[in-house]
Amino acid sequence: MTRTNDIRRINDIRPILQVEGVSKHFGGLVAVDKVTFDLPEGQILGLIGPNGAGKTTLFNVINGVYPATEGRYFFRGKEVTGSKTYQMAHLGLARTHQVVKPLDELSVRENAMVGACFGHKDYNLSHAARVADEVLEFVGLADRSEQLAGSLNVAQKKRLEMARALSAQPYLLLLDEALAGLNPSEITAMLDTIRKIRDRGITIIMIEHVMHAIMNVSEHILVLNFGALIAEGTPEEIANNEQVIEAYLGDPKLAERLMQRNDNGG
Amino acid sequence: MKNWQKHLGLLLPVLIIVGIALGVKITGKPATRETFFTVLKAIALASSLNMILGYTGYVSFAHIIFFGLGGYVGFYLISAQGWSLWLAMLAGGMAAGALAFLLGKAILHLRGAYFALATIGVNAAMQAFVTNFEPFGGPIGMNLNFQVYQQYGGAAQALETAFYALAAIALVGVIVSYLIRTSKFGLGLLAIREDEDAAEVMGVVAPSAKTWAYVISAIIPGIIGPLFFFKNGNVEPGDAFPLQSSIELIVMVMLGGQGTVLGPILGATAYQRMRGYLLTSPIFKDIQLSVAGALLLLIVLFVPAGVVGWLRNRFPILRRVLQ
Repeated sequence: MTRTNDIRRINDIRPILQVEGVSKHFGGLVAVDKVTFDLPEGQILGLIGPNGAGKTTLFNVINGVYPATEGRYFFRGKEVTGSKTYQMAHLGLARTHQVVKPLDELSVRENAMVGACFGHKDYNLSHAARVADEVLEFVGLADRSEQLAGSLNVAQKKRLEMARALSAQPYLLLLDEALAGLNPSEITAMLDTIRKIRDRGITIIMIEHVMHAIMNVSEHILVLNFGALIAEGTPEEIANNEQVIEAYLGDPKLAERLMQRNDNGG
Repeated sequence: MKNWQKHLGLLLPVLIIVGIALGVKITGKPATRETFFTVLKAIALASSLNMILGYTGYVSFAHIIFFGLGGYVGFYLISAQGWSLWLAMLAGGMAAGALAFLLGKAILHLRGAYFALATIGVNAAMQAFVTNFEPFGGPIGMNLNFQVYQQYGGAAQALETAFYALAAIALVGVIVSYLIRTSKFGLGLLAIREDEDAAEVMGVVAPSAKTWAYVISAIIPGIIGPLFFFKNGNVEPGDAFPLQSSIELIVMVMLGGQGTVLGPILGATAYQRMRGYLLTSPIFKDIQLSVAGALLLLIVLFVPAGVVGWLRNRFPILRRVLQ
């Protein structure tokens, strides 16, 4: 009894994701350079950096799209280095894509059902349909559930990506530019959804270029530049970090303005 | 929703096949029976091709090799080993399934056009192999001793039995097709068809799902092969591995509507009837394959979803019936 309690306590403090010195090279190009970080459960972690900094590549390595050139990573305490994408899905990892990948000829509901059926919950079809309907309601696509996914507009497709990922009821959700291409009111709605997902106990890593949004919603931020981690900390620390301002934001006053919008919006 | 209403999509496929079998039974004419033998064979083969082409999205130009290999294996077992037709059909199905399993492991990781190209090579390789394989009679093939039909109540009775056996296989084939289409396994296949990478990210184990879809799609032609050549009384490489049949099967599936249960059935029936007409028409009898080619072109250009797919898109209310 004490023993199981001990294990439970260890699990509570163990980070959901541990990344140790992960690199990814494409030929001579170092896309991700010895990145190390721990992600505590229940957080929203922001991943920022200029275009080409290696953010999506890092996602792709953790997700199993590419094998890491070096380094190891652990998901929920288990080493998962080199696992395939479907193996990561079975362990409770879900993601959305920067360039949306709807299953065009399937209905919106069927798209979400794929997530529920083949994720780590392994639901049967009728259970998956219930989960899908619930998730579509949550992301605001319930009235489109019979429509073919190919007929949705961009903002709806972004929500569909989110719905498919959530239908899997993952432990960890990777959001790759979920806000890109959305208008300001759509962004506000999406941020609201992202917070609600976190409140459901799902840990989130999000890549984002919409700076005021990510400063606003993340508890912790990592900054990548040329594949390497150059800073990490709370949004305030990042906004005031000189290295980040120099390498990424460029203009120190920009950071102040971003923090202002953060205060207003928060 | 009442339980039977959930399976309304199975109604038309089953009705068509049972209708064909009953119609032949009622008219009782051997000529009609022979015509509809080819129709049922086309329905079963097209429905099986649809599992890999329509559900999984992999274009195979070699589907007929499973019919040919199953036919050869079964025929050999009947003629040289004295097996019964039924066991030979089973063996033919298993041989075709095993070949599909190995092929699947070898070439199903190829995407799009590369898979299609590889299957063309496989079709040619199978025909060349059988033509030179002496136990199977090489280029001459094998003949059946007429005595064999005695066990089945004489030749005339054997032909009739073969027809109803084929009707039963076609019926099982379309039911399997329907069960796959409406199952979790089938949903995974459709996801692979739409976007294989996205499907894998969501947890669909694409390599094994594709392979099993391919194996199931191969077993049905593998079972029909022995039946067909048993009825013919002989088997030779040209009859067993006609490359143009693989293409005609694709036309049938595309015409009726790839990815639907009913589509290949309608497509096979329509194409087979058209083919019968063309072969007997003085103008078209020599160029019936070019008509198939032109038809494929027109479908791909103007109705890529096929007849059933078009109807489903145009009239969503029909979706429950037209699956």
